[in-house]
Amino acid sequence: MADIVSTVVANYNYWIYITLMMIGLYAIIAKNNLVKKIVGMNIFQTAIILFYVSIGVKKGATIPILEHAHGGHGYGVVHAAEYANPLPHVLMLTAIVVGVATLGVALALAIRVYNEYNTLEEDEILAQIREE
Amino acid sequence: MVWPIDLAVLTLVVMVAIGSLMVKDLLGAAILFGAYSFMMCLLWTVMGAVDVAFTEASVGAGVSTVFFVGAVFRTSRRTRD
Repeated sequence: MADIVSTVVANYNYWIYITLMMIGLYAIIAKNNLVKKIVGMNIFQTAIILFYVSIGVKKGATIPILEHAHGGHGYGVVHAAEYANPLPHVLMLTAIVVGVATLGVALALAIRVYNEYNTLEEDEILAQIREE
Repeated sequence: MVWPIDLAVLTLVVMVAIGSLMVKDLLGAAILFGAYSFMMCLLWTVMGAVDVAFTEASVGAGVSTVFFVGAVFRTSRRTRD
């Protein structure tokens, strides 16, 4: 029992990421307003990016930039354990930029829906579609 | 990674995320989402991912908030949830 509790406490960041993901999923499913749904989609996405970046963190490591690389007298042997893993950072950089493109398309579609039905609430839009 | 800063900012992130979904005004939701993105940027700086942090600060907290505010001004601020 004690080691289960200590495992849960030691990995607190993963639990908070899962909480953020579930907040985003709840917003996508349960919120009625289209802009609120888009906010939820972004929260879900940043929670996943946060999970990936946290995998690259090492204890006692510094940011992934070589020290004294421009000093003129070389840097000798590079120890990978002294630097955070930069691979997840680079992958998630692409995901952030793709996320902004998705956000732009989603908001453009929401504006188009508003011009057509004069409301952003999902149930009012569905009621108008059924009347036609 | 300094865990007290990490835990404090993570708590703030969850609170701002819930706040931006609970608030009854879409412009308020947009601004709170900008605050959420900025907290995320702080979190990445704590984790040592400085390149991701400044991309998030410019693209997430900057451009996304402008997109949201623009979309809210072209539609309506009214929301029921």
